[in-house]
Amino acid sequence: MSRQPTPRAAAAYGAEEAFDPTTGPVVRFQNVGMRYGRAPEVLKDVGFTLPVGSFHFLTGPSGAGKSSLLKLIYLANRASRGTVQLFGHDVERVARADLPYLRRRIGVVFQEYRLLDHLPAFDNVALPLRIAGRKPQTYRDDIAELLTWVGLGHKMQAMPATLSGGEKQRLAIARAVVTQPELLLADEPTGNIDPEMSLKILRLFVELNRMGTTVLIATHDQDLVGRAGMPVLHLNEGRLSRKATRRAPEPAAPDYGPELGPEYEPEPDEPELGYDLGDEEGEA
Amino acid sequence: MSLSDAPGPRWRPAPLLPRDEEREVSLHFVVAVLCFLACLMAVGGVSADRAARGWARDLRGEATIQVRPRLGETGDEAAARAAEAVAGVRGVTEAAALEKQKAEALLEPWLGKAVLQDLPIPHLVTVRLDRAHPATATDLKKALDRAGVDADVDDHARWLKDVERSAGVVRWAVAILFSLTAAAAAAVIAFATRAGMAARRDVVEVLHLTGAKDAFIANLFQLRFARLAAVSGVFGAGAAAAVTALIELVGGGQGFTPALPLTWMDLLTVSPCPLVAATVAALSARLTTLRLLRGTL
Ligand SMILES: Nc1ncnc2c1ncn2[C@@H]1O[C@H](COP(=O)(O)OP(=O)(O)O)[C@@H](O)[C@H]1O
Ligand SMILES: [Mg+2]
Repeated sequence: MSRQPTPRAAAAYGAEEAFDPTTGPVVRFQNVGMRYGRAPEVLKDVGFTLPVGSFHFLTGPSGAGKSSLLKLIYLANRASRGTVQLFGHDVERVARADLPYLRRRIGVVFQEYRLLDHLPAFDNVALPLRIAGRKPQTYRDDIAELLTWVGLGHKMQAMPATLSGGEKQRLAIARAVVTQPELLLADEPTGNIDPEMSLKILRLFVELNRMGTTVLIATHDQDLVGRAGMPVLHLNEGRLSRKATRRAPEPAAPDYGPELGPEYEPEPDEPELGYDLGDEEGEA
Repeated sequence: MSLSDAPGPRWRPAPLLPRDEEREVSLHFVVAVLCFLACLMAVGGVSADRAARGWARDLRGEATIQVRPRLGETGDEAAARAAEAVAGVRGVTEAAALEKQKAEALLEPWLGKAVLQDLPIPHLVTVRLDRAHPATATDLKKALDRAGVDADVDDHARWLKDVERSAGVVRWAVAILFSLTAAAAAAVIAFATRAGMAARRDVVEVLHLTGAKDAFIANLFQLRFARLAAVSGVFGAGAAAAVTALIELVGGGQGFTPALPLTWMDLLTVSPCPLVAATVAALSARLTTLRLLRGTL
């Protein structure tokens, strides 16, 4: 089976006209610093750009600040200095009442899944659509299709507690992508699942990226990063360093050498998906 | 493609807020008790108001004339003359001299026969006034002067003022107690909302990060507590109505006591309780949720 790539909505549901998804890069950090309360900075002078349609990994040892960086993007926390731009908007200048519209354009796969335990799988996936104010009749079939696509076609009414780690992960992914967000963030999506399942999930992200979603995946799974052969943002003690960890470099892919300036800027054109990710068993 | 597990066309999404039975039981109890007290206060207030109106009406419908006999005239003669004089005044329905024996009979139980004989018993005329257009004290006084009767007219104005002042105090007391009860209910709901948000922080955070507006989240809590308060309101009002009915039955057809007359219609006083409770709870929950969310990014 295949999920019909419906034409991307001009903006997330209910988004205001002021947010034009085509202007500027999807994400742009400039000299960003972040601290929790009075503690020392966990992110220091971070600068990078995510072009529309790009696919990046965010790597680094535990405690390097990967989750913190993602939190700045999905607007769970504020930078303590520097500028964070989302879809061309400086988030500090966006009125608080408009932030929900920005959040609706981002799909997040949280590190701890954050599924709603009292709702069946189906309703968990429906959540972003309900929040966007969609009527149940308009999305019921889409969700069934999406759940089938992530391999949970037989578990639509299952409660999250009864799902395995991999199933929960795929459910979380389904919820993150159900609105066809312009930006997909995943925090350690292959954290506690076996390599085979990790690969399946990676394939899912690549597929979504192919359909136009900008993807940023935080992981410390070097194996996964090596297999995917996608550009890497590497964090170490809160500082971003440039690293091109790729086992199968593509000829067309840009070379991210260590000589890159403080502002990491990959080539805007999408890397070819020439690497082997195994059989696309999900496709019919 | 197996869509066997997919929900049917009549599918409706499940409630976003999980129920919290344990917390709800005690909250139901507290809100129901507050509703019960508020309802009893309302019934008591209505009944006190009715009593005050009744007394006022009685007072307004009567006047008393105290006659001082002239030299060579007995008290009863003077009283008879006074009654005759005021009977023709407009606004008077009936005027009757209170005979000495009758007056003495009225006083005897309090004073005893021995004392009564030495007492100068006042000579009184009771005047029944037209309820719609009562004659004033001045009218009566003029008529008495014309007839040459030396008398004082008491139109009960002083008592009327007392009754009205007491009724006003009761009304204010009920209003204040009622507001205090509502405020207590609002505070309890605010507290419960806060606890509910803390207990369901996971849900609130996911909703928030998925792009829910504050109003969307506030609606969830508002609806939950409005519903809860409405149910509690039904129980509280029901209990208050049962107590009222019991008093009514025990008191018989004449009402509980002359001081606190209840009627079957008073049972209707408690009927807005569930709606009022739901409104107070909804407002409290909404304001609490919005205030807590405003502190987030
Ligand atoms: N909510 C928080 N409050 C205070 N400190 C935090 C919080 N979250 C993370 N940190 C600290 O910030 C640093 C970076 O953490 P994190 O972003 O989670 O790193 P990573 O995801 O790369 O493991 C760590 O030192 C961690 O202790
Ligand atoms: Mg982390």
